[in-house]
Amino acid sequence: MATAKKKLVQWEPTDIKKELLKKYPPKVARRRAKQILINEALENTTPEIVANVRTIPGIISMRGCTYAGCKGVIMGPTRDIVNLVHGPIGCSFYAWLTRRNQTDAGVDGENYMTYCFSTDMQDSDIIFGGEKKLAQAVQEIYDLFHPKAITIFATCPVGLIGDDIHNVARTMKEKFGDCNVFAFSCEGYKGVSQSAGHHIANNQVFTHMVGENNEEKAGEYKINLLGEYNIGGDGFEIDRILKKCGITTISTFSGNSTYDQFASAHMADLSCVMCHRSINYVADMMETKFGIPWIKVNFIGAKSTAKSLRKIAEYFGDQVLIDRVEAVIAEEMPAVDAVREEVLPRTTGKTAMIFVGGSRAHHYQDLFAEMGMKTISAGYEFAHRDDYEGREVIPFLKVDADSRNIEELEVEADPERFKARKTPQEYKQLEEAGYKFKEYDGIMPDMEKGALVIDDLNQYEAEKLVELMKPDIFCAGIKEKYSIQKLGVPMKQLHSYDSGGPYAGFRGAVNFYQEIDRLVNSKVWSYMKAPWQESPELSATYVWE
Amino acid sequence: MLLRHTPKEINERSAVTINPAKTCQPIGAMYAALGIHGCLPHSHGSQGCCAYHRSALTRHYKEPVSAATSSFTEGSSVFGGQANLLQAINNIFTVYNPEVIAVHTTCLSETIGDDLNQIFDKAHKEGTVPPGKTLVGAATPSYVGSHVTGFSNMVKAMADLAEPVGKKNGKVNVIPGWVEPSDMEEIKRLAKMVGAEITLFPDTSGVLNGPLSGEYSMFPQGGVTVAELKGCGDAIGTLALGEWCSADAARLLDTKYKVPCKILDMPFGLKATDRFIDALRIISGTVVPEEITYERGQMVDLISDMHQYFYHKKVAIYGDPDQLIAMTEFLVSIDMCPIHVVTGTPGKRFEKRIKELTADMPFEVNVRAKGDMFLLHQWIKNEPVDLLMGNTYGKYIARDEDIPFIRWGFPILDRQGHQYFPTVGYKGGLRMLEKILNALLDRKDRDDPEEKFELVL
Repeated sequence: MATAKKKLVQWEPTDIKKELLKKYPPKVARRRAKQILINEALENTTPEIVANVRTIPGIISMRGCTYAGCKGVIMGPTRDIVNLVHGPIGCSFYAWLTRRNQTDAGVDGENYMTYCFSTDMQDSDIIFGGEKKLAQAVQEIYDLFHPKAITIFATCPVGLIGDDIHNVARTMKEKFGDCNVFAFSCEGYKGVSQSAGHHIANNQVFTHMVGENNEEKAGEYKINLLGEYNIGGDGFEIDRILKKCGITTISTFSGNSTYDQFASAHMADLSCVMCHRSINYVADMMETKFGIPWIKVNFIGAKSTAKSLRKIAEYFGDQVLIDRVEAVIAEEMPAVDAVREEVLPRTTGKTAMIFVGGSRAHHYQDLFAEMGMKTISAGYEFAHRDDYEGREVIPFLKVDADSRNIEELEVEADPERFKARKTPQEYKQLEEAGYKFKEYDGIMPDMEKGALVIDDLNQYEAEKLVELMKPDIFCAGIKEKYSIQKLGVPMKQLHSYDSGGPYAGFRGAVNFYQEIDRLVNSKVWSYMKAPWQESPELSATYVWE
Repeated sequence: MLLRHTPKEINERSAVTINPAKTCQPIGAMYAALGIHGCLPHSHGSQGCCAYHRSALTRHYKEPVSAATSSFTEGSSVFGGQANLLQAINNIFTVYNPEVIAVHTTCLSETIGDDLNQIFDKAHKEGTVPPGKTLVGAATPSYVGSHVTGFSNMVKAMADLAEPVGKKNGKVNVIPGWVEPSDMEEIKRLAKMVGAEITLFPDTSGVLNGPLSGEYSMFPQGGVTVAELKGCGDAIGTLALGEWCSADAARLLDTKYKVPCKILDMPFGLKATDRFIDALRIISGTVVPEEITYERGQMVDLISDMHQYFYHKKVAIYGDPDQLIAMTEFLVSIDMCPIHVVTGTPGKRFEKRIKELTADMPFEVNVRAKGDMFLLHQWIKNEPVDLLMGNTYGKYIARDEDIPFIRWGFPILDRQGHQYFPTVGYKGGLRMLEKILNALLDRKDRDDPEEKFELVL
């Protein structure tokens, strides 16, 4: 295999931007221009990008809907809650086992993730209303399974016909007495992307489950892991490492989660935020209501994992934990380094593009960097400005018609259960030593000058980018996979990981190194042309011996 | 156990569907539209619908599936989606430049009451549709029927593009229904051998089974052209393969343009393929060549060679009505016993037809239209089977109940081959027989005690 073939980008970033916008009608070009940004990494200020705005009709976006963010992303990985979709059959069908969230319910634990529940609304329900059918469906689920909780998801027509799903939920909850029933107004047309759905889901989880169980949990160094969805087993690997360090995970939102984890989340002493986009507001609410401080962590990348573990240990400040974390890192790293060094000659100097999610386009740059690969363009599908530029822009975010109708919960300190986790002096000491709470600087400061940062990349732009900049690997989702690969460039899904994973933690890093090595160096990319296409002139002179 | 909460005891449910054996109309419309040459399907609704349909089709075909959406916001949900669709049409022709935009509606735009024809008129008047380009529209409310209905509605809209010149063109319309690109290719091959000139629509071969060559074209070479569709009103006849997927379009051409139609079953298995070939030769006035008779003979030969392994084996199948009807007949014809048959698509005629086809079977059939896979699983728990056939979702039942499993239908998310190897026709029948045989014999080899384990089967 050839090592580090250097492909110089022939185009200046400004020219590429121009090229991307060239074909658009003027109105579209004006809008997209604000979402395509050349990272200038200025001294003190980060350039401003437009994000979390409406998708343009007819422009083939990667985005999904609010329902997908609510049911698919946040509630999808919950195994002991029955998630009932109120709507025509499709919405529930498409969210059925398609996100590769893994769960471990043991031999006889409750697990409804393999099931798909729907009220399968018919035209008569649209005309006469679907509340009765919904109540009956909740009853049938209760009679069949007696689950701890049943949740209800609104789909587009439900909002239009005005079914009061929250009232149905309340009534059924009172009727059962031993089953929590609540609902999400997550109609697909709300908001501008999945992101609105994350917010709607998390608000309801916080309102209806968090704080229900006040029992003291066993274990030391209790944390919540927020925004980790156990795609391809990421959560399992993180759990393994945390356990090895002696850190107790009270709850994970929401990979491999259980009802009781949500109910007990307020008993933790620190919230660790993985996916800033989908859940930072929950971390804030946990702090306001229960006094649990939060930090940003990242378990994607071996170095990032080590850094995050140290950060957790430093928070608790206990030398036993600090030593144990160091011991775990020292024990895990040799295996990681061995594989890294093995693949490095084949991956160094190669280039990547990442267009996913609200965090992964940032996190995965760490893993690529560990392999000597540079991310030459990246962007999010549904992130907000703070995920690009850092949290300091939050006070300046514009509230528009779309963000206004996504509820912000007003939370106050819980009169009985609020408990400061550290004294003001302790916090001050940590911060003076450089410790950073509630901080996230976004993707842009970590990207090179001149790199293209593009929000809500669409199919046309993706194809153009690949054509012009010829990356060695492109990362996005299933919808983008094959159009990129047809161009002869390997494509890695970083939503669902294709069939791979875990990629988090130490073992995950090893998996990722090997997977990317396999992809960028696969023989298949050399088979695009048949021999007679590569040298057609020979055919005229070839003579049989 | 993956489906550990499914009880053996069956209680009728009236409101909740669990583990559906269907999905919603728009995805069918999107798949059908991909069978038009140079077509960009467009979903008039929230962007999530389009994202979900594209994802599902992409996972099944492992090919690019391009489609656009009107990306409804809360505002468009209140005031209607006209402005969004007009803007989309303009953007699509400017940026992607397809020959055709095939718009289907969704539960959202249907509930609002958007009228596609009126919006199309406005687009034409505003001049956003370049000359020679086509807009096709189909109403596909997700709360009626199933994905099969949506497919049928888009195919009907395609037939409605007919512009007969009044002179028969000697061609036969063949409407294949929701089958794989490989099946469509096979139908064309058979028609060519029979000597019948056909217009196959939709035709996703060459669209969703393309090569990897380092080049990407959003609009590959395959698909029925608009010119061909315009000509289908002058055809000498229409063969619709399947009542649920294809009959509406055929009847439209019959009533509107007097193109006589015959509704056949999908050509899965010996008998249905026999009827298809026979109808095709009669309508086109040709003689069936020896090669086809030879292929048929090979299939009969395989059935006779392996009959002992098929005989009276119980099968559970689920999927879509047209496919299940043909497959039920196929299984019965080789003396297998499809005892549980479930479709999520509504239609009492389905149950009646399955009962007729299985009337002489030594076991009574359980059949349900508008059923679900939860019910199917319960039936299997009460009366076990030797083989399970259906889309990928069946693997959970197959694993829990330890049943040999054949993937067939839509969607297949975890295996390959359906794009490339047909299951229609005699060649397809051979492949299906091989699949059934392998599943049964792999199980036999796994389960036989050592003293019974045999080299020759």
